[in-house]
Amino acid sequence: MSDWYMLTLIGQDRPGIVAAVTKALFESGCNLGETSMLRLGNNFTIMMMVKSAAGPDALCAVLQPVVDALELILHIDVIAAELHQRPVPDVRILVHGADRAGIVAQVTGQAAAAGLNILDLESDVGGTESQPIYILQIEGVAAQGLDAIEQALAPLRAQGVKVDVLPIDTLIG
Amino acid sequence: MAVLDILTYPDERLRHASTPVQRFDAALQARIDDLEETRRAGPGAVGIAAPQVGWFERVVIVNVSGRKKTRSHGHLILVNPEITEWDGFAMGREGCLSVPDYTGNVVRAERIELRAQDRDGNGLAFDMDGFEARAVQHELDHLDGLLFLDRLVSRRQDLFRRKVYK
Repeated sequence: MSDWYMLTLIGQDRPGIVAAVTKALFESGCNLGETSMLRLGNNFTIMMMVKSAAGPDALCAVLQPVVDALELILHIDVIAAELHQRPVPDVRILVHGADRAGIVAQVTGQAAAAGLNILDLESDVGGTESQPIYILQIEGVAAQGLDAIEQALAPLRAQGVKVDVLPIDTLIG
Repeated sequence: MAVLDILTYPDERLRHASTPVQRFDAALQARIDDLEETRRAGPGAVGIAAPQVGWFERVVIVNVSGRKKTRSHGHLILVNPEITEWDGFAMGREGCLSVPDYTGNVVRAERIELRAQDRDGNGLAFDMDGFEARAVQHELDHLDGLLFLDRLVSRRQDLFRRKVYK
């Protein structure tokens, strides 16, 4: 069985959450893999790959004092860990426009049909409350090439959405 | 000629600053040939710097001419290179023979003016931009003990600019 777990923690953001969580993990002999912390709409969110020989129940017990003190919600899953096998993105898609329902579904649906494998996606709502704008940034691997994605997304421009499909040329030196 | 071992981070020797080449002799030619053979043996490397093979003199090789739609001055052996002008900036993704399995975003000057010597000590001057300029800046960093890891910028910062090919 894998010793790796995916920990998901969410809660109201405040200073010191990452420090408290990682201290508890470190002191109980856990190791971190890849992690990603984001604030989403003033909520604290983090997902962490954690290696622990002690099992999920022990992991939960180790974090319980921190979870209670900082009023977090914890979720733990057993995962297969594949470190050192990072795909390199070759396309970046930048989308923005007036906020409306369905932008992400349209963009990702069309792009997936054109061979896009998303490695990284982030979206934000900016602008003002009366005139919100939506900003979507995607990095991925274009299995069928950039032109296929460009063509798949072109119709969205007629709907007033700004769409740029840009190459990512990774330099190895 | 020989393919040399590449130093990989966190090897502290990658932090060493390199010294200028003084003698353009047969030994230098042989070392440059080994460096080139090592670059070619790597996975798609467009450049290599002498310190990456534990040779701490100011020598780099850059060759982006194999890439489509990329302006290039061809195969460049740059001895004692020096950037004399920087202009503009652009974010791009970089990786390194000395940093396996990691790539990240780095901001570099979009256009540079470069002076160097060739492998025989003759003066060279280039005005370059885009991918080639990025490759030169990446390699020259090695000569000062810097890695692209020292220049990583957040993936959540939108500093990408659309490339304009004149």
